[in-house]
Amino acid sequence: MAGGRPQSPARLPPEPPFAPRSHRRAGGFELSHTRHNGMIGSELTPGMAQLTAQTAYSDESDLVARAKAGDGAAFTVLVNRYERRIFRLAKHITQNEEDAEDVLQDAFLKAYEHIRGFQEQSRFYTWLVRIAVNEALMKLRKRRSGKLFSLDEDVDTGEETVPREIAVWDNPEQRYSQEELRTILQQTIDSLPPIFRTVFVLRDVDELSTEETASALGISVPAVKSRLLRARLQLRDKLTRFFKRKADDVFAYL
Amino acid sequence: MMSLLTCNQFLEELSEYLDETAEGEIRKAIEQHISECPNCWVVVDTTKKTIAVYKGMQPEPIPKPLHDRLIRALAKKGCCAGDA
Repeated sequence: MAGGRPQSPARLPPEPPFAPRSHRRAGGFELSHTRHNGMIGSELTPGMAQLTAQTAYSDESDLVARAKAGDGAAFTVLVNRYERRIFRLAKHITQNEEDAEDVLQDAFLKAYEHIRGFQEQSRFYTWLVRIAVNEALMKLRKRRSGKLFSLDEDVDTGEETVPREIAVWDNPEQRYSQEELRTILQQTIDSLPPIFRTVFVLRDVDELSTEETASALGISVPAVKSRLLRARLQLRDKLTRFFKRKADDVFAYL
Repeated sequence: MMSLLTCNQFLEELSEYLDETAEGEIRKAIEQHISECPNCWVVVDTTKKTIAVYKGMQPEPIPKPLHDRLIRALAKKGCCAGDA
């Protein structure tokens, strides 16, 4: 059932009245991963490589201040830093490549037009996500003309938290190539309802805090928590089918 | 007094436990539960690994034509990338 949240396309979403950041969670994971999302150095386009004073742009509030003062190069650094993550988010919500391309462009254009109104009560990325989410929801509403769509739909059936697959895992990185692993992870996350994967990506991949995620999506903190739990458990269930230790296989070759 | 959790109660607390926001008695009760319930121990372990594999997943690079289109659209709005 769509919630019919009143969201005017003409207005930017309000800024969240807080600035929680880098809320670190459960460490000590056993799988290794050394890459980081959205780091500036890895995402420079050839044009941007001409920027000589790159270190001067390393601080985000400095970048934002420069962008507000009309420094297009500073804003372009922010584009380069976040365009991949915004595009991924847009694809998760719209489930449509073309729509996601439009959302990416419209979100950054709107952010650029309104950056002077950004009061920096949240991280720039949270503000940007909120804009992108609104753009993506508008796309969905347009596409499903007449049919309301909300990320706040009630998708809980009560059954989703019950784990069905209980089995320890092998190390997925030993069993699958990077390419295969990426495909498995992508297909698995794509099989979740949009609200689950959107919350999961913002919380567990982009590492926004619960409050930031709630604010970015315009849903309540308890709704974020409930959807995140269900997303994690559903993903766990589905991934276990790929990664569970196949003890029987040992004997199959004898 | 520490109360014992059922598996369902434990599941409801799982995210708080993984996010390290569960504290005090409830955290102790969760730890007690997973030390005694092999299935829930597996769920904790594999949920942690689920989060970990996705955390390592980088977003796909943006196709260059799409990036260029975005930069051009911004330039039209007066956002010059500083191509001096």
